[in-house]
Amino acid sequence: MSQIIQTGFDPKVEGRDIIVTRLDAAIDWVRANSCWPMPMGLACCAIELMATGASRFDISRFGAEVMRFSPRQADLMIVAGTCVYKMSGVVKRVWDQMTNPKWCIAMGACASTGGMYRSYAVVQGIDQFLPVDVYISGCPPRPEALLEGFMALQRRIAQDKSLSDLGTNQPKPLNSGLAPSPIIINGE
Amino acid sequence: MTLYEILPQLYQKFSGQIPEASEFRGEYTCTVPATLIKTVCSYLKESFAFDLLLDLSGVDNYGQEPRFSVDYLLYSISHKIHLRLICLLPEENPEIDSVTSVWATANWHEREAWDMYGIRFLDHPNLKRILMWEGYPYHPLRKDFPLAGLPADLPDTAVDAGKVNESPMHGGPFITSTGSPHSHAREPRQHHTLAELIIKQKKSQKTEQD
Repeated sequence: MSQIIQTGFDPKVEGRDIIVTRLDAAIDWVRANSCWPMPMGLACCAIELMATGASRFDISRFGAEVMRFSPRQADLMIVAGTCVYKMSGVVKRVWDQMTNPKWCIAMGACASTGGMYRSYAVVQGIDQFLPVDVYISGCPPRPEALLEGFMALQRRIAQDKSLSDLGTNQPKPLNSGLAPSPIIINGE
Repeated sequence: MTLYEILPQLYQKFSGQIPEASEFRGEYTCTVPATLIKTVCSYLKESFAFDLLLDLSGVDNYGQEPRFSVDYLLYSISHKIHLRLICLLPEENPEIDSVTSVWATANWHEREAWDMYGIRFLDHPNLKRILMWEGYPYHPLRKDFPLAGLPADLPDTAVDAGKVNESPMHGGPFITSTGSPHSHAREPRQHHTLAELIIKQKKSQKTEQD
């Protein structure tokens, strides 16, 4: 993070109340450190997601403790659990209701690939209908792995060209994530 | 009151239409003709206080005739008695009377049996699918339905432009050998088929003997 936000303090230019920085860096800094998650808890991974939110692991250390059950107020969808085809429409609708900019974490084996459910009912990875930024393996992943994935996402948000993207409302393409490749976290 | 008092009365009431109940480890099972199920159920409920329908489920006895059956698990709270009723249904057009008018709880159970096995319950107040979505063309718990699924339409979602595809099985389903003391041998992906597993076990037994 220190590489991206370079304030370059100069006492001649900057007094006690002024810091010079790029607007991109400032916006990214704000976005990365106040991600409000939409907890899409579909199965047992949601228990680990709750543990991540609670005091022992404490996701508020990274500014993401404000779990929003209204998609209008959330910027990060954490899909925690097995997504069946019947549920996929609901997940997609909630995702569409979230305002830009928004990010998506596929937490656990089921959300990432369908996991052990090679069956007629289960979507074989939510990236079939959502642009996933971070995949976290594990069944379920440890809370540390979710935090690791979230921190990796923060680092990626910090590299966004947010200023030039302001005002555009382009939906992200599927299976690509933000940057050239999605982040994959080994959560096992 | 015990089942030994109830069953003779049941046989007598339906004079020879219900064969004698079979017993397995203290559990009694009556095979009831499908046409009689509703009258038998309401008789059992009213006369012997079978006031709780514990479960109602479809069964696919694939390869046998009649192919389908519906199982009713009854319980009398006041007498503390369990009783299982089975109705056999043919493969062609499996239909049976709904028992929702006897036990309201049968409503969702019958919807599940319809959804998973395609057993139609007559006079059901709301016979819609309960687990799969409306418009799904198959009954996936039938034994001739592949585990990976079949392509189907999926309206109102964005998954692959509204399509459901077969799941990739990657050589599965995998079989574990539960009896083996070594976790390596229990690992399901070690063996792709049961035959492979048996051959490996025999080989390891041989080397142990040598």
